[in-house]
Amino acid sequence: MSLLGFFTLAPLAMLIADETPVPQGIVPAAVTAVVQVPVVPAAPKIDSGDTAWILTSSALVMLMTLPGLALFYGGLVRRKNVLSILMQCSVAIGVISVQWVLFGYSLAFHPGTGFWGGFQWMGLHGVGLEPYADYSATIPHQLFMIFQAMFAVITPALIIGAFAERMKFSAFVLFILLWATFVYDPIAHWVWGMGGWLRGMGTLDFAGGTVVHINAGIAAIVTALFIGRRKGYGQTVPPHNLPFTVIGAGLLWFGWFGFNSGSALAANGLAVSAFVVTNTAAAAAGVVWAFIEWFHNGKPTTLGFATGAVAGLVAITPASGFVDVMGALAIGAGVSVFCFIMVAMVKPKFGYDDSLDAFGVHGIGGIWGALATGLFATKAVNAAGADGLFYGNPMQFIIQLKAVAVTVVYSAVATLIIYKLVDVLVGVRIEEKDELKGLDLTEHREAGYTVLE
Amino acid sequence: MKLVIAIIQPHKLEDVKAELYKADINLITVSEVLGHGRQMGVTEVYRGVKETGNLLRKVRLEIGVNDTFLQPTIDAIIKGARSSEVGDGKIFVLDMKECIRISSGEKGPVAIG
Repeated sequence: MSLLGFFTLAPLAMLIADETPVPQGIVPAAVTAVVQVPVVPAAPKIDSGDTAWILTSSALVMLMTLPGLALFYGGLVRRKNVLSILMQCSVAIGVISVQWVLFGYSLAFHPGTGFWGGFQWMGLHGVGLEPYADYSATIPHQLFMIFQAMFAVITPALIIGAFAERMKFSAFVLFILLWATFVYDPIAHWVWGMGGWLRGMGTLDFAGGTVVHINAGIAAIVTALFIGRRKGYGQTVPPHNLPFTVIGAGLLWFGWFGFNSGSALAANGLAVSAFVVTNTAAAAAGVVWAFIEWFHNGKPTTLGFATGAVAGLVAITPASGFVDVMGALAIGAGVSVFCFIMVAMVKPKFGYDDSLDAFGVHGIGGIWGALATGLFATKAVNAAGADGLFYGNPMQFIIQLKAVAVTVVYSAVATLIIYKLVDVLVGVRIEEKDELKGLDLTEHREAGYTVLE
Repeated sequence: MKLVIAIIQPHKLEDVKAELYKADINLITVSEVLGHGRQMGVTEVYRGVKETGNLLRKVRLEIGVNDTFLQPTIDAIIKGARSSEVGDGKIFVLDMKECIRISSGEKGPVAIG
């Protein structure tokens, strides 16, 4: 599908979406005056259980970026670059949190045009403590906003894995700010926002398979290809601290319960179902990855299990509110096969340096998850969802395929434009002599570890 | 005066220390080093990608001795470090020109012990 094609499609989708009923809770004065008990449903009311769970979930998703992803990635780089990764993850929280409350949330979630939400909610103007029923009728609107903020934060942070150990810090800050604004916010709007055209098309994405993982994964392969390989790639660039990586993977897994289960936006049965399938998919994927290594290389590895578990979490993300536990097992087992082939066979064959496999795990795992949602989704789990191919609805698979294609194309093109712009403005890649010394010293004037004392 | 440098397997350090103490040799310096001999390193696998020829962890001992202690030192190291397999390590013996105790300024054989 061409860029032009889906831009022109967007307003049409808007028209269809506009015909959905207006938010409930507007009780005409005349009716309440006559009838003692209102016949129309009561105004959205804050539920303390839901609010408590989404507050908790927001904190859990924050933990995924710092220190979860920071340690997961930080352990995988060489010791001279560990702080650069921790700093990039930290600054992603810093910059995107500010961007989000200033205008990011408005762009993504205000019911604006088909492309993005517009600026009416800038500075959280009009985003108050009452529920906004179109998104979440039982929690304060600001809680929905801050839960979504954590998703907006982790998505650009995931891309770090592609250009680790060689991007200028100034370029990184500019890149994530532009990328969040022109790539994440629009796609979040299309899939989740009121009036979003992919949402209107019936795309199932419970917790962000397209918006977060495919989006970040495609941005990762684009940046990896254009920034080029690290010096010394192809020789030895072993992880400097795998225990960090395992701690990070554990924190990601833990935080992912907030990411997926919290996406029910309520403390209800659907949240429990999402929790169960999330854990199941991660477990199955970790085990399958380790077994593949056992047969393929002779030994199962710590990094393999951790990588598999994260891939499983990626894959179950879009499906987590729509599939049952057997579907979760299949999604988890499948993702390790696809991702292993990608990172252990395809990447070495082509020689691109997706340094920490942001594309190999999040891109490929995300695509598998989004498509698998179209296979394994069942209304038995979530009546508001849809049936997938294996439950007699092949159209859902086609819808998922379209959403994947749109996300891939838009993310690739927009990321490339932003990358080139940043390169012209500040230069993306660090100088060779600085790369050899390491980013910790040259970009931050610090060292992660001392030799003595 | 001789300087004995030994490269041994890390897991043999405790055995070597015990043998040295038995032979009344109490002054040693130990460091962690990387290297390989005839084993030619190991192959590590990260996410399915093999990295060959990685250096192995070893321990390096440095011991300054008077000539009469040279053979007991060598014997103790061999006794503690030998498993009779490739990778047990090496002992290098160098002539030592001078030895000075920093705290007192004493020089020569008296400064060693």
